[in-house]
Amino acid sequence: MRELIIEPGRTERNYWQDLWEYRELFYILAWRDITIRYKQTEIGIAWALIQPLLTMLVMTVVFSRLAGLPSEGQAPYALMVIAGMLPWQFFAASISAASQSLVGNANLITRVYFPRLIIPIAAVITSFLDFLIAFLILAAMMLWYQFWPDWQIVCLPLFVVLAAMAAIGPGLWLTALNVKYRDFRFVVPFIVQFGLYVTPVGFSSTVIRERFGDTFYMFYSLNPMVGVVDGFRWALLGGQASIYWPGFLLSSMVTAGLMLVGIRYFRATEKSFADVI
Amino acid sequence: MASSIIIAEQLGKQYQVARAGASAQASLRFSEMLAARFRQPWFRPVTNVDAFWALKDVSFSVAEGEVVGIIGRNGAGKSTLLKILSRITEPSCGRIRLRGRVASLLEVGTGFHPELTGRENIFLNGAILGLRRGEILRQFDAIVDFAGTERFLDMPVKRYSSGMYVRLAFAVAAHLEAEILVVDEVLAVGDAAFQQKCIGKMSTVASSGRTVLFVSHNLAVVQRLCQQGILLEEGRVVRQGEIRDVVDHYSRTTMQAAPNTAARRAINRHLGISLDAVRVEREGEDLLLQARLESTNPVASLGPGVRVMTAAGDRVAELKPFKTGLRLPGTIGVRKFQIRLEEFFKRLPEGRYSIDMWLADPGVEVFLDLAAAALVEVPANDHYSTGHSLQQNDDGLVLLHATLHQGADLNPAARDQTPLNAGSTG
Repeated sequence: MRELIIEPGRTERNYWQDLWEYRELFYILAWRDITIRYKQTEIGIAWALIQPLLTMLVMTVVFSRLAGLPSEGQAPYALMVIAGMLPWQFFAASISAASQSLVGNANLITRVYFPRLIIPIAAVITSFLDFLIAFLILAAMMLWYQFWPDWQIVCLPLFVVLAAMAAIGPGLWLTALNVKYRDFRFVVPFIVQFGLYVTPVGFSSTVIRERFGDTFYMFYSLNPMVGVVDGFRWALLGGQASIYWPGFLLSSMVTAGLMLVGIRYFRATEKSFADVI
Repeated sequence: MASSIIIAEQLGKQYQVARAGASAQASLRFSEMLAARFRQPWFRPVTNVDAFWALKDVSFSVAEGEVVGIIGRNGAGKSTLLKILSRITEPSCGRIRLRGRVASLLEVGTGFHPELTGRENIFLNGAILGLRRGEILRQFDAIVDFAGTERFLDMPVKRYSSGMYVRLAFAVAAHLEAEILVVDEVLAVGDAAFQQKCIGKMSTVASSGRTVLFVSHNLAVVQRLCQQGILLEEGRVVRQGEIRDVVDHYSRTTMQAAPNTAARRAINRHLGISLDAVRVEREGEDLLLQARLESTNPVASLGPGVRVMTAAGDRVAELKPFKTGLRLPGTIGVRKFQIRLEEFFKRLPEGRYSIDMWLADPGVEVFLDLAAAALVEVPANDHYSTGHSLQQNDDGLVLLHATLHQGADLNPAARDQTPLNAGSTG
């Protein structure tokens, strides 16, 4: 039987072991959120399909037909949009759910011990499942357009992980801040709304690069989701979508950096959650 | 010699409490925090908070297999101690050394979600409390059996009655598998029958070799289940050791405090009546409770009620005016009245008792309440003339007159045997 010592500032050593010990909680909390969401709703699961589908249609009409923006290579515009929308919606749903997760689970935090990191991560897992469902739309559309992806699709899981990281970093930071300062919950809807237009979801990032030049694009790539969306498009649309690797690298570094900051802030403030919440 | 499984060394926990006048909101607004910072020079810390020590210099050790009761008044620091033991909050100073897994039960039904079925909630709650899925599956039938909710297992919990809800919640918690169990006041759930079941289960757990830390206000249960006790007062350990000794110390100190803190006067402004100064007197074997009623408005229907409680919080008797038929006329003015509890000193064992008095519209509404209005000490009584006094803690709450008869023929008409043992008659 191992000896456990509880004293101020000591929690670090056992933390990562505890995460492994409590691993079932990741699954249980995600399962709980999903089950609750779909109970008592007829439309339930269908919503995970309807929402991206409709948004994609609107965007295609607005950006392609009305604004006349070009797609990536020979890929159909709608396909390009959905390739960018999937990661974006995953990011938006993840960061929204994660940033509210601690306050939403206050009753657990004040009564039971488990590594609190599990809570926001479980929220991301829940959003990931929605992502997988929405992926069906992409598959259906590829079938419709008879558009087959190339070898690049093998790299897709990498970009999925990157998208998750992009959400987890700020998500952890925001959820920890939200525990103490409740007005932080207004920040996320703003980020999501603003981000949808700044990030090349409804349009191709090549447009930005061609119109404003490479240097500007580097600044543009400071938005972590730029790299993710570009990566997704490159992986899914095969040779049709080009990716600007320097920009992508910068974007990924920002993602990694934000994630480290997020985790650190979360761990630093975690001890006081139960007291403040 | 059992080895120590929990050692606490000079534990302390400090909380920041907003000073009166400062933002009393539990959650601060970021904007307010910034504004406060700008108002003061940067090098001065924000000083609108006071430090409050919920626990101070707490040291104790618990041996393996011991069942320890942690008692104390509300706000003494019991729950804080449990939270630290459960790793929910961190101590501000000092430390604890633990050997073994800790399972905490600080609330019944933690994580229960109303939309999920009973079955789903068992898995959810079990996982949250630290049980592995395999463990839950193994115990599943036992849990359902203990709760007695088999028929309703696949119904959403929001449809359960409150009794079913707590039974299910407690059933999951009762099957926690850990070397150290920390339990906070969760036995006050369900009806009397279920409470007995819970206490029974706790006893089984306690005697199974597990170490249990148990917080409760129910001193009778604490004494029954625990061997050792720790008494906390205002964050400090004031007594520890044999449970009987600790409980006695606690009873004595709370009873002493009661006269100062109990309401000496109760006022109902809405109706314009007040009740005060309950005095106790003994007349022979009777107890007299004298009080003063003042009314500025006529109140049609007024009945006095009396409740007798032991020091441990057990209710000995409750005389509701609706049932006793006692009435006071609600005329304007000041009136003294007296309630005589006949043979009080003959029917109750030795010990301290606290008396509550209230005034109500019988069966409808309580107007005034004087809790712990009076304290009575029933002195040693040699009830059976054997030199022994029957005690409140040991011997129950009522003195029964008992006689023993022998003989082949127990027909009352043919009773001519001399009683061998008799209580005082009359």
